[in-house]
Amino acid sequence: MVFPLTNGISSLCELARAIRQSVVRSLAESGSGHLGGSMSSADILTTLYFSVMRHKPGEPSWSERDRFILSIGHIAPLLYATLAEAGYFPKEELLSLRKMGSRLQGHPGRDHHLPGLELSAGSLGQGLSVAVGMAIAAKMDGHDNCIFCLNGDGELQEGSIWEAAMSAAHYKLNNLVMIIDRNGLQIDGSTEKVMGLEPLKKKWEAFGWDTLECDGHDFRSLLSAFQKAKIEQTRPSVIIAKTIMGKGIASIEGDYRWHGKAPSREQATEFINELS
Amino acid sequence: MGTRVINRGNKAARAGFGEGLLEAGGANSRVVAIGADITASVCVDLFASKFPQRFISLGIAEQNCVGVAAGLALSGKIPVFATYSVFSALRTTDQIRVSLCYNNLHVVIGGAHAGVSVGPDGATHQALEDIAIMRVLPNMCVLSPCDATQARLAVIAAIELCKGPVYLRFGREAMPDFTSHDQEFIFGKAQIMHAGNDLAIIATGHLTWEALQAAYQLEKEGISARVINIHTIKPLDEAAVILAAKECGAIVTAEEHQVSGGLGSAVSEVISKNYPVPMEFVGMNDRFGESGTPLELMQKFGLNAGNIHRKCREVLIRNQ
Repeated sequence: MVFPLTNGISSLCELARAIRQSVVRSLAESGSGHLGGSMSSADILTTLYFSVMRHKPGEPSWSERDRFILSIGHIAPLLYATLAEAGYFPKEELLSLRKMGSRLQGHPGRDHHLPGLELSAGSLGQGLSVAVGMAIAAKMDGHDNCIFCLNGDGELQEGSIWEAAMSAAHYKLNNLVMIIDRNGLQIDGSTEKVMGLEPLKKKWEAFGWDTLECDGHDFRSLLSAFQKAKIEQTRPSVIIAKTIMGKGIASIEGDYRWHGKAPSREQATEFINELS
Repeated sequence: MGTRVINRGNKAARAGFGEGLLEAGGANSRVVAIGADITASVCVDLFASKFPQRFISLGIAEQNCVGVAAGLALSGKIPVFATYSVFSALRTTDQIRVSLCYNNLHVVIGGAHAGVSVGPDGATHQALEDIAIMRVLPNMCVLSPCDATQARLAVIAAIELCKGPVYLRFGREAMPDFTSHDQEFIFGKAQIMHAGNDLAIIATGHLTWEALQAAYQLEKEGISARVINIHTIKPLDEAAVILAAKECGAIVTAEEHQVSGGLGSAVSEVISKNYPVPMEFVGMNDRFGESGTPLELMQKFGLNAGNIHRKCREVLIRNQ
């Protein structure tokens, strides 16, 4: 089966709900991991995997597939839940997250051969460079596939991101779409307090990128941003998706303390009920 | 007197690297090169002018260069990224560790300007820690050819024979070019450059030539030294090292690198486990280099035949 599958808002809502529930379940089972960012990026990944990217879960190494690079490896639970939902591997395997011998490493590791995983990553600031390399290679070979890269906002404090940004614009990589999960929080607190990123849109514009903003929890807004990014002819595109850390679980929304925390089993039951 | 290896004339290892890259690039269209501004200085300009469509200039941004190389490798290319080793290997160690080594991608990192023989540029540009850091990374192979001819063969081997990440270090200065043009570069295999059984000198890079000169001097004094060139530091030819310990009974290592963590450490790790014998180490002793001519610096830091000879004498006394 060739994806994308659907543009239906109601089915996207359903998929995102199921994915969020899977994340909570797997984190409760592992007892550690990153819930906050997994929730804030959930609608972005759902949109990408079900409505935007060309891929075949039954044939993970299909040469014409679009690539998804997760630069923020710590939200691996969300990537795994999304891949499982798309059919790359059975959903039951999500419960092996972070356990010895699991293909679902704490941060993504290709050495464990998980279908659909494009890159081992976890050290912040590296994914965009890899995506740039893939986009250059695609252009060299005349392929029409698109490279998507998801970055965190706190991650933009890494200098290597801006090296990569410069090179993507220099090579006019219109086959590259970066998405920034702008939830405004990092481990020490607000990004603007820890190390200010604003004016973020102007920074990307000044670096020569087609710069778009959207509501990262509104599928219409996300779909429209990806649509615009895909038709850009001369520049790489960046979508600054405004999100809420912990989105979908009222009691943790916007609380930076949930960046790197897993729910207890009791909390998980409560959260899953809330997400139902 | 045994036969002596002849210097055909001085030539920089970086020139051999550039020629090998050009050759491998001509033979395999998957080869791409990444430049970080000092393209001509590391002799990648030969490739860049012959294959401009396969040369990617990324400017003075080495961390990005390594990540881009990873992306290219994941898309079926064989990227070669070369700049001064202090930048290509040391500034980018985390990118090399995670994006290259953890992903186990076939990328060749060229580490130019290795050692104090860089000369007047001084300590910031003289890589003396690169072998230590590159060789502890899982999946990484480490090559350190001893002259220009071997550097040419090493880069071809790194491109054609290796499957994972490779670090290839080479020097800047014109130094004796003495290995045979028709030698076979056998990946992971030590080369016996001079036969002997009284002790073994295990050397890499520019110091292999110096080790040979020390052996010739020892020969005049009635001591037969085995000279072993290690062009592949990782995976190390452990069998050759153990055999040298058993047959020669004493070992001196020689490298243009810090003693700690480099070839000497790699050899002693093998020896201490399998067949302990007295060892001495020629290399930098936990200090930075400085400005000077290559010759002055090699002399000052004892990276020459004279000091290797002295260490050989010392290790033989210890072994009596």
